[in-house]
Amino acid sequence: MSTGTTKLDVVVSDVVPVNELVTRFHFRRRDGELLPTFSGGAHVVVEMRDGDRTRLNPYSLMGSPLDTREYTISVRRDDVGRGGSLFMHRSVNPGLEMVVSYPVNLFSLDLRAKKHLMLAGGIGITPFMAQTAQLAGSGGNFELHYTCRTASLGTYADVLQERYGRRVRLYHDDRDERIELDRLLSSQPLGTHLYVCGPTGMINWVRERAAALGWPAETVHYEHFAAPQPGLPFDVTLAVSGKTIRVGEQQSLLEAMEAAGVDPPYLCRGGVCGQCETNVVSYDGKFIHNDHWLSEEDHRSGCKIMPCVSRFEGKSLVLER
Amino acid sequence: MGITFRKETFRDDFTFNNSPEHIRRFPFPFHEDSYMYAVNIEPHVVGPKGSVLENLIDVDEHYVAEMQDRALVLAEDPLRCQSLPHMTLAGWDLLELLMEQQALGYPEHFTLTRDGDRWRWINRPLGIDDTFTFGDTSTLPYGPMEYITRQSQGDFCILDQRDGNLWMDAGMVTTQADWSLDFDIGMNFFEWHAPVPLAHEKGIFVRALKFLTNIQQGKPARRLNWTMTINPRLDTSPENYHKWGPDRATVTPENLGDKVHLRVELQSFWRLPRSNGIVFPIRCYLIKMGELVTQPKWARRLHRVIRDLPEELATYKGLTRYRPTLVEWLSKLDDGSATSPGFGPD
Repeated sequence: MSTGTTKLDVVVSDVVPVNELVTRFHFRRRDGELLPTFSGGAHVVVEMRDGDRTRLNPYSLMGSPLDTREYTISVRRDDVGRGGSLFMHRSVNPGLEMVVSYPVNLFSLDLRAKKHLMLAGGIGITPFMAQTAQLAGSGGNFELHYTCRTASLGTYADVLQERYGRRVRLYHDDRDERIELDRLLSSQPLGTHLYVCGPTGMINWVRERAAALGWPAETVHYEHFAAPQPGLPFDVTLAVSGKTIRVGEQQSLLEAMEAAGVDPPYLCRGGVCGQCETNVVSYDGKFIHNDHWLSEEDHRSGCKIMPCVSRFEGKSLVLER
Repeated sequence: MGITFRKETFRDDFTFNNSPEHIRRFPFPFHEDSYMYAVNIEPHVVGPKGSVLENLIDVDEHYVAEMQDRALVLAEDPLRCQSLPHMTLAGWDLLELLMEQQALGYPEHFTLTRDGDRWRWINRPLGIDDTFTFGDTSTLPYGPMEYITRQSQGDFCILDQRDGNLWMDAGMVTTQADWSLDFDIGMNFFEWHAPVPLAHEKGIFVRALKFLTNIQQGKPARRLNWTMTINPRLDTSPENYHKWGPDRATVTPENLGDKVHLRVELQSFWRLPRSNGIVFPIRCYLIKMGELVTQPKWARRLHRVIRDLPEELATYKGLTRYRPTLVEWLSKLDDGSATSPGFGPD
């Protein structure tokens, strides 16, 4: 399969500040046609041309899948991240021509579910915006529990409550409101599926409690928002293409390969889909694995790395690329 | 202009034939003089004019007769079409895909007009003109999958994607090479492929599943598969084995050119946008030996492929009984000269 997904030429049709951290971006097709239909939970990869750098970041589509005149994403500003969200906040204005990928869904609803129980933390609300719209349009049974730091940072909490009333339950950290998770998980009807998207700690907590309370693994769905982490620069030799590259502090290994003209396949750029999995030829040092794709055994073996999110510290690293 | 649809049968008197143009466009599946399994998947993109790949969903001169044969199969056995309750949305996805592709490729035969969710579908070869509400099953005479696959050549399996696997949770299967939807419904990818010999050991299904679960919207893929069928029967199902199985004992050197058919499946794989499922159309093409050998390259190559086929594959494909007769018959058309590269006739 060729690199990445099919691309869509879009124009930024609107930029709407949602609160002090989150801004919403609207895209339309440059040729005026409808965008491809998608399913709730899908993301697109947004290409950002920032001077001579290109960043490719995944964002969940948060509009209704029933309306494909535009795609909308919400971007939370991360002042200590690698700069993608800052670029979106500072440099993306209405009228800017951009390129986004076709939608890809790695956080799909299980349509067999009798009920969909959704748990969101912070900006992890975005895939649920589309999923609730999809379910509401087809009479699906869902319940959404949404935790945010403060009411003013409860992105779209008002919209969701207005749309779905008592099917949405809010929890504010500053008011010491907490999801009563065990009670919630123990009181669901048979056939319920659980979905969680938010910070890693929350996902781990929910998965762990669900397992302890006897939820089958197939009924527990989660999406990590794993942006690549910055780190110390390191050098890598690409054995197949015969190149040696340097991975910068704010760059991912995948981005450094791409900048050198080596294009591994990818879908999510977040350590989930498995497409860019790369074999290690040899190494002297230690891996910093940040992915959710490889098994712990793979991580320990030193034989594989996911270049979209994982890094390396040490003397030498040779990859089969 | 458009296609001239043939009046023909795939049962009883077996009047099925290919026109000379359709013989040349037959998707001959062997690119070299031998055959072994491989993950032979490639992007499903539009191919040369006059080939079966001219459009991504192919409609040909057998369309009307095939749809009539499907209706007969369904009347006898409604379980050839099944859709588990969670697959209705995927059925709508498929309806959109097939209407769009058929209207795009054959505007003289099919027209789709959309006004929001109010859709009008005109199918001239079958005399259908229906207006319905997209997404509202009560506005169609059948469920969306059954409605559109009664009007589309080939079998269709709709696969639900979950837990890192694909599940055969819906389908319309009336032109199959000895497998049963009713048996496979609800199975996952490894379960329904369990009977295939050799390929498991080669790790083919693990790699194929990894590929398929990553199929993306707007990027369909395809592969060819093949077997042989005695008499031009579309419906060679396990349920009807008593009707077609004994045919294999009727092959003689005298009737072989008319009775023995190469059966090629053009399988394609598409991500469905609303349901995130995968649809797997399996389009069956039949050609009788007498027609196939009008292309000398194909005659020489088929001889070598069938002669050298590993025993397990010959058994799995059900060729054992008439293989010696067929090899002998084809050998007379093989002068031993080299065959040109690629699938096409010279």
